[in-house]
Amino acid sequence: MGEFAIRAEGLGKKFRLGERERYKALRDRLTREAIAPFRALSRLVSGRPPLPPAEREEFWALRDVHFDIAPGEVVGLIGRNGAGKSTLLKILSRIIEPTAGRALLRGRVGSLLEVGTGFHPELTGRENIYLNGTILGMERREVRRKFDEIVDFSGVAPFLDTPVKQYSSGMYMRLAFAVAAQLEPEILLVDEVLAVGDSSFQKKCIGKMDEVGRQGRTVVFVSHSMTAVTRLCQRAILLDRGRVVADGPAAEVAAAYLRSDLGTMAHRLWPDPATAPGDHVVRLRSVGVVGDDGAFHATADIRRPVMLEMVYDVLLPDHNPVPNFHVHNEEGICVFVTADTDPQWRGRPKPVGRYVSRVTIPGNFLSEGTLIVDAAISTMDPAVVHAHEREAVAFQVIDSLDGDSVRGEYGGVVPGVVRPRLDWYTVAEKEAASATERNP
Amino acid sequence: MTKEQFLDSKVQVIEPAWGLRLVDPFELWRWRELFVALMLRDMSVRYKQTAIGIAWVVAQPLATVAIFSFLLGKIGNVPTGGLPYPLFAFTAMVPWQMFSRALLEGSISLANNRSLLTKVYFPRILLPAAAVFGGAADFPVTFAILLLMMLWFGFVPGWQIVLMPVLLLLALLTSLGVALWLSALNVLYRDVQIVLPFLVQIWLYLTPVLYPASVIPEQWRALYAMNPMVTVTESFRWAVLGGAVALDPAMLAVSTVTVFVVLLSGVVYFRSIERQMADRI
Repeated sequence: MGEFAIRAEGLGKKFRLGERERYKALRDRLTREAIAPFRALSRLVSGRPPLPPAEREEFWALRDVHFDIAPGEVVGLIGRNGAGKSTLLKILSRIIEPTAGRALLRGRVGSLLEVGTGFHPELTGRENIYLNGTILGMERREVRRKFDEIVDFSGVAPFLDTPVKQYSSGMYMRLAFAVAAQLEPEILLVDEVLAVGDSSFQKKCIGKMDEVGRQGRTVVFVSHSMTAVTRLCQRAILLDRGRVVADGPAAEVAAAYLRSDLGTMAHRLWPDPATAPGDHVVRLRSVGVVGDDGAFHATADIRRPVMLEMVYDVLLPDHNPVPNFHVHNEEGICVFVTADTDPQWRGRPKPVGRYVSRVTIPGNFLSEGTLIVDAAISTMDPAVVHAHEREAVAFQVIDSLDGDSVRGEYGGVVPGVVRPRLDWYTVAEKEAASATERNP
Repeated sequence: MTKEQFLDSKVQVIEPAWGLRLVDPFELWRWRELFVALMLRDMSVRYKQTAIGIAWVVAQPLATVAIFSFLLGKIGNVPTGGLPYPLFAFTAMVPWQMFSRALLEGSISLANNRSLLTKVYFPRILLPAAAVFGGAADFPVTFAILLLMMLWFGFVPGWQIVLMPVLLLLALLTSLGVALWLSALNVLYRDVQIVLPFLVQIWLYLTPVLYPASVIPEQWRALYAMNPMVTVTESFRWAVLGGAVALDPAMLAVSTVTVFVVLLSGVVYFRSIERQMADRI
């Protein structure tokens, strides 16, 4: 057996589709089972073929996953939503059991799938530190030893004896993360906890993660943020539909992911109206990112406008469904929300039929990087959300460094959620004076 | 950690499990601190929630006893063995209250801790266990009321009161066994939670809390004793107040066997569902 901290041997996890919805009523199940023999009998009598055994659609959230992670390695786990990242992390954390294969772990495992798991709103900050620490697998003695450090890191010292339900969400997150940061396992499994909180908090978290990685611990880190993955991890594993499709140096895998259709999808279609997102009022049929040539593009030049398009069917008259888009960046920050305010349709019910709505995002407005678009259709008053498709489409905004974008001649990192081109106006107030000084 | 130490450290294997499983005592011991923390959480949350929380603990059994005292006073004599009816009923109400509370809390413990189940690993059995034993937190309050009542009626407990802890333990083990079954079933079928209060109500009527066990005909007694709460309530009355109806060793034996059958089967069933809990809840 080689030197490994984590080894996956053909790991697989099968889910039955719809199981989650079906479980709940014992009553339903009893009636169904009770009726079944009579149904079968009636089919037999009438000469129709018997029904096939109750069909259950199964799908593999994870399939044939193999890898070895050496001790001290910091590995990023990336992939689209539903690629199996969280499932893999939950198996390694022993929260769910694999259906096939096995995983071997050497060393004490700590997992952080959420910040503040087990926090109780009625308990004080002090009580929650102990409770949460114990839930994460620390010993009470260990928590007591690190108590001051936790309080320091969180910055909520004055409110230690206040129930956390009275905390602001920022304070709550800081305290929760401060406890989690004290976890000192040999293997740390982390899921996207950095996607929450304000940016200064995120910086603090990333700093802490960086520190953990440098202490020689093994870290597996699930994230949507390629920036965080390339910064923190040496290696990345890319999952797609439950399988490992790339495994190698973080920068290469992240770049491959962003270039491929996996990271971005310019057009989504729902051919079957019955399963399309929506309700009895309206159904979403497609969402797309349209370039100024009218075709779907997963990339957009930062200087050129880009259009978001939504096709939907209105199924009932006398409703006024309003299409809207929620645009997020790869850190999960909402860049903006836009809803159709076209005066032509404002407050006017849409007759039954198919509609195409487009909105243009101007050039020189978005920042570089991946943008993820949620598509939604809602009635505004009274507020009803008919359809809300998260991560419907995504596209890359690229700055070609030609010098005529907002970054100008500057080649470094430009921070900011948006990068609008704004009008600058400069006059030389003392031109004459300085000119005379220079040329007396 | 040196390389040698590292290679020596135990390898955990995660793979699909098969067959029946009991609990692993070593693993439970490793997680004892979480058990205590969860129990303390349940207790302190209950007492924090408002003053009415504690008042409720007392009001519920008192009201039931008051209503029955009034009704039975009108209807006629209950053979209480010479005890004043309010004291007779309330005494049995004390362990019953603890039992039913523990059973309710234990049975919904998994559903109540969904986020824990889906986000962290620990032996799941800690949740119903902590809820059941945390449910015992009401006992000191109701017992204090009982002592006041005894003072009022002029009763002094005899030597038998040393048996009280055994009876309380029997009650808690009964609720743990049933709660293991019901909490696991409740993960699969959420209607268990709806039927639960009804079940507890029926169980109360099948237990000699508001009436003495002597009203049950002799030939049904053995069957009756299969309900461990029969032994608990009858014997509790005897342990605290003394009186004619002493602890029946045969009944205690039958009840103890029942408790262990329920507990053992509860553990096995719970463990068989445990693997799917995070997927199904």
